[in-house]
Amino acid sequence: MEFSNEEILETVGMIADDKLDIRTVTLGISLLDCSDPDPAACARKVREKILTKGEKLSQKADFVSDEYGLPIVNKRISLTPISQVVPVADPAAFVEVAAAVDKAAAEIGVDFVGGYTAMIQKGETAIDSALLEAMPEVLTSTRRFCASVVLASTRSGINMDGCYTMSKIMKDAAERTAAYDGIACAKLVLFANPVEDNPFMAGAYYGAGESESSILVGVSGPGAVRRALEKLGPDADLGEVAEAIKKSAFKITRAGELVGKKIARQLGVSFGNLDLSLAPTPAAGDSVGQILETMGLAMPGAPGSTAALMMLNDAVKKGGLFASSSVGGLSGAFIPVSEDASMIEAAKVGAITLEKLEAMTSVCSVGLDMIAIPGATSTETLAAIIADEMAIGCANGKTTAVRIIPAPGKDVGDFVHFGGLLGEAPVMAVSQVSAAVFVKRGGRIPAPLQSLKN
Amino acid sequence: MGMNKKRIVVTVIGKDEVGIVAKVATVLAENKINIIDINQKILGDEIFAMTLLADRMDSTLSLAQITDRLKESIKSMSLKVTVQDSEVFQYMHRV
Repeated sequence: MEFSNEEILETVGMIADDKLDIRTVTLGISLLDCSDPDPAACARKVREKILTKGEKLSQKADFVSDEYGLPIVNKRISLTPISQVVPVADPAAFVEVAAAVDKAAAEIGVDFVGGYTAMIQKGETAIDSALLEAMPEVLTSTRRFCASVVLASTRSGINMDGCYTMSKIMKDAAERTAAYDGIACAKLVLFANPVEDNPFMAGAYYGAGESESSILVGVSGPGAVRRALEKLGPDADLGEVAEAIKKSAFKITRAGELVGKKIARQLGVSFGNLDLSLAPTPAAGDSVGQILETMGLAMPGAPGSTAALMMLNDAVKKGGLFASSSVGGLSGAFIPVSEDASMIEAAKVGAITLEKLEAMTSVCSVGLDMIAIPGATSTETLAAIIADEMAIGCANGKTTAVRIIPAPGKDVGDFVHFGGLLGEAPVMAVSQVSAAVFVKRGGRIPAPLQSLKN
Repeated sequence: MGMNKKRIVVTVIGKDEVGIVAKVATVLAENKINIIDINQKILGDEIFAMTLLADRMDSTLSLAQITDRLKESIKSMSLKVTVQDSEVFQYMHRV
């Protein structure tokens, strides 16, 4: 036969037992032709564009999923940053357009849309300020529209005023959804050096350099990688471990490449890129933390976690890059706490801390992700945590992000429950040592040097 | 690759019983799906595993419909059946 029994059964097993799936098929849509100073007209144009471009997304994705027997978990939309679409400095305009986006998304059956986005790494325009003012309301009045704010970049440094502003907005949004443990903050990502073709929520937006519309695919198979390592056994050296990860990443990436190209062809749009990120879900076995455990750490967060994660992240890229010529997006392992069963367990027993997570984000994508902290954490401390994570991205020329939930009324040891793919998490301890004076200085931390790097 | 366009891989795994291959082959024949290659083993004592490559050029059924009919034909048995376009295996296992 063209394929051996073993090859066929391996693929079938990867899908059925190891939960190999296409995590998201995201349709990027440019809204640059929808701008209009009249909010009602702008909302109408945006809505029509989403409906026109996206109406067949679900149907075509399901068809391709059936053809190849590969589950497609999420169908999503990413949009041009809304700050470049709504040309009026009026918060009400942003609320109106956001409502239209939410409604259009519901009509075409997508669960999340990315692009309530502002870029303020060097400062805010009047439009950005209006967007930010409306943000707590948008995060709570819409179900599907996700927000992201760029606070830092290697070329412009860190906007400390922006960090402080966003800290206040996060607390406000959390308070407004206190009955649901502050879930509004799960739809808000703060970035240093974001990518413009990320298919993953909540941080997806469709950058200005992208084409009219294209398919962005996020493929994921932490379970398949873990299975490959289990087969190696505990005696294989780290070179062999890296080799096994590469081979597994190659196969996973090929599956994503095939699906992405096919869906793009079916929808008549270009295939934008494939994101190699290993993304966990709360389901048993679908865990990045468990890969670290299989590599030989008793739990994620143990000494050695940063080294193990660096190797995992690097090997996935090396395997994936050979498998596809369209690699883009974030393409690194995600280590969200609430969405990964093994990370939740490690956080529960104190094996992993906020500080260790911060260290781990210097060698992987993306950042402090889906971490619940005490609701009583001060805005200054939260702003300082944000600035620390921005600094890691800035200095290392990579994307970093913050998606933290200051859970109202909850303290260390309590649990927050978000449900579904967002999972649940124990509230993690935050340092009680003050950074208030530093944060309140405000201004901008200058861009870091790009030479003499030691 | 063009040649593979209408090729499918059928996988049947589960508890061994008399007549599995016959049932699967009958459904395929009834729907004008031509078997090109077939590989069947009993793993251990009683796990049945079959992989089969077929051409569906002359069939009007979608993959979802083929899967449904195969499932229907073996529903009294403890078996799992998958049907996939062979391109998946081409992509994942051939450089």
